[in-house]
Amino acid sequence: MSSQTTVDKVAAGIGNYADDTAGASKIVNGFARKIFPDHWSFMLGEITLYSFVILLLTGTFLTFFYEPSAAETTYTGIYAPLAGQTVSEAYASSLRLSFDIRGGLLMRQVHHWAALVFVAATIVHMARVFFTGAFRKPRELNWVIGGVLALLAVFEGFTGYSLPDDLLSGTGIRIADAIILAVPVVGSYISFFLFGGEFPGQDFIPRFFTIHILLLPAVMLALIVVHLFFVVIHKHTQYPGPGRTEDNVVGFPLFPVYAAKAGGFFFIVFGVIALIAALFSINPIWAYGAYDPSPVTAGSQPDWYMGWLDGAVRLMPGWTEISAFGYTLSLNIFIPTTVIILFVMGALVAYPYLEQIATGDKREHHLLDRPRNAPTRTGLGVMAVTFYVLLWISGGNDIIAHIMQLSINDITRFLRVALFVLPAIAFVVTKRICLGLQRKDREKALHGRETGRIVRLPHGEFIEVHAPLSDLERWTLVQHEVQRPMEIEDRVDAGNPDTLYGRFQRRLSKFYFEDRVEPVTPAEVEAAHSHGELGSDEEHLAVGDKENAAIGTSQTLHG
Amino acid sequence: MTRTLTALSARRRHPLAVVVLIALALLLVGGLYAALAPRAAEASTATASADDVETGKKLFLANCATCHGLNAQGGGVTVNGDTAQNPGPSLIGVGAAAVDFQVGSGRMPLAQSGPQAPKVNKIRFSQEQIDQMAAYIASLAPGPAIPTEEQLDVSTVNDEQLARGAAIFRTNCAMCHNFAGKGGALTEGKYAPSLDEASAKHIYEAMLTGPQSMPVFNDTTISSEDKTAIIAWLTQDEKRPDPGGLTLGSVGPVSEGLFAWIAGIGLLIGCSVWLGMKSS
Repeated sequence: MSSQTTVDKVAAGIGNYADDTAGASKIVNGFARKIFPDHWSFMLGEITLYSFVILLLTGTFLTFFYEPSAAETTYTGIYAPLAGQTVSEAYASSLRLSFDIRGGLLMRQVHHWAALVFVAATIVHMARVFFTGAFRKPRELNWVIGGVLALLAVFEGFTGYSLPDDLLSGTGIRIADAIILAVPVVGSYISFFLFGGEFPGQDFIPRFFTIHILLLPAVMLALIVVHLFFVVIHKHTQYPGPGRTEDNVVGFPLFPVYAAKAGGFFFIVFGVIALIAALFSINPIWAYGAYDPSPVTAGSQPDWYMGWLDGAVRLMPGWTEISAFGYTLSLNIFIPTTVIILFVMGALVAYPYLEQIATGDKREHHLLDRPRNAPTRTGLGVMAVTFYVLLWISGGNDIIAHIMQLSINDITRFLRVALFVLPAIAFVVTKRICLGLQRKDREKALHGRETGRIVRLPHGEFIEVHAPLSDLERWTLVQHEVQRPMEIEDRVDAGNPDTLYGRFQRRLSKFYFEDRVEPVTPAEVEAAHSHGELGSDEEHLAVGDKENAAIGTSQTLHG
Repeated sequence: MTRTLTALSARRRHPLAVVVLIALALLLVGGLYAALAPRAAEASTATASADDVETGKKLFLANCATCHGLNAQGGGVTVNGDTAQNPGPSLIGVGAAAVDFQVGSGRMPLAQSGPQAPKVNKIRFSQEQIDQMAAYIASLAPGPAIPTEEQLDVSTVNDEQLARGAAIFRTNCAMCHNFAGKGGALTEGKYAPSLDEASAKHIYEAMLTGPQSMPVFNDTTISSEDKTAIIAWLTQDEKRPDPGGLTLGSVGPVSEGLFAWIAGIGLLIGCSVWLGMKSS
């Protein structure tokens, strides 16, 4: 009894101290009661965050044993096929870390697999945000921060897998140097600055090490904090549904529900990555051998997140290298690397603002779009994904050619055409599918769900019984507002149609919203019900009246 | 029975019914294929007998001369004054090693024209017949001989030599055959085959004779001891362990990336969906 009082006293003392010095009670109170909506797709960002934490933890372990030095040494470790080879300190220490440090290889593999999962989760998370329109005001800036984080993640990954100084990583750096050298005018200066002279030199390993373990992680950590801070101040978006509006957040409080869920999910992510790392080999540096500029192995690919750039280089025709007046302009490298990165990043960053111009909509949006309800955006997204995946496939063209026994030349020729044709087809098809799904939603909202039950009426007619939707179910199908082109519906926030900007805006608006399916209005629901009176009576007889449980939300919200 | 059928028919519109149906259909097709697909017959391997140039020549005329010419001079056979069909290269000077490699690995006689002659598991000749043809070709002009038992004896290779062999492999072979000898693509459908199944003798002979797209690595380029060291590294799995776990084909980051997406992200999204379901 007395011990409890002591504990209480101590706890109270600590609590008071924290409250007095840092205003802890306000923070705890505010955070603990913060509401988050629940959906599996909202956990994709969590996967990213947790794999980043795993990367920090395992990465710290790796730095204890890694030697960032290009100094030459003779390998004398236990891996026989490298016995007596002249290798760099970096490579020797990576091998020592793998073979001689207890748990070292597992840590390396956890680190590398976590890196692959980290970038993959980033992309999946971005896709979720894009396709649901979560980047709309007020979250445009956070979308941009996310895009910068994705780019930094790729650079972080690249500097990381360059560190062991094995044959594959050395080949990768050689290509990175080529990318830098291909930048017109300044390329060679940047290359000499970065590598401290002619490639490869002795300097890049310690430099990449500093960039990998200090500079990039620090910048990323800061941006992640800002990214999450924005999530808190903007509040989380939610999927549309009954009772969910632009002004509320429906979900569970951070404490205890999400504290437990997110905490548990961290261990699931850690567990899955550790499981993969324990069972599957990744980056077997001992098999690649030490870096030496002369050899190269078949199937020299970068980690997957650089693969699309590798693929772009593989598709670019070689004749685009131009030599004139004693200068060489390597457009064959410059375009598929630097230009494409800048183009993609530019499109990514500009997209929320571009869509804002098309909609002329400056309001805040906290309700997510169902992807089908934004057909043009969804089409553009699938177009971008198709483009990206085709470049990916191109990056693995030799592996595909070998495994599928195809000609690598045929694959390359096919992809050169497909890269421009398939994304366009993907756009049109996706947009049509979205419009089709919207029409199906209309059908469902008006006439109910098909039950597959065929009933014969007394006068001999066969009908399929349609089960009516409850008002709650219907609400999700009809809640969205439709965007119409500015030509037929002027927006308050739209620009002056006589200016160049205004004309551009109207053209964009037409591109986005010319094809559309209007959502069902309450009047239409009313009409459908009274029109099909006989039919709906039959339905009610057959299915049983389920509408008792319904709550009349749709009328109030549309009225 | 009726009850089972009723239960089945009640679930036929279940969202997963299609998935189950497709899985069953795939299983059926796959099972039938596995059961009915023709199997390659096991080739019998006879031990080599004494050289018999005469028998070798007869075998050559019967099986090889159509493309390689009646005197192994190449260019095929001209019939009725037409231009030669299926012109093959001259075999004068290619040596016994080339015959043993090409016929012994099933690449010759060529089953059909294609980007390159594939390794075939069904060997058409006994080792004795192959040796006889090799003896005939070797009798035409000097060329690389079939490696001796001693040259193929990997038990004499120590760790230092093994490491040297591995380094030579990385420098000279890995660019086509991949760092782990898993093979790789070349231009226009040609390829460097995987060395997993290749025998020590055939690897040695390939280096000596440079079949198809492969360059020749004669004894002045890579010494006989180094060739043995390369073979020692390639053929002894226990000498090049993979302590990291399952290798995903040892083809580098492509399979790793695919695995990270399918297994890594796939599993984690599965967990997210599962967690999301629990709440509602």
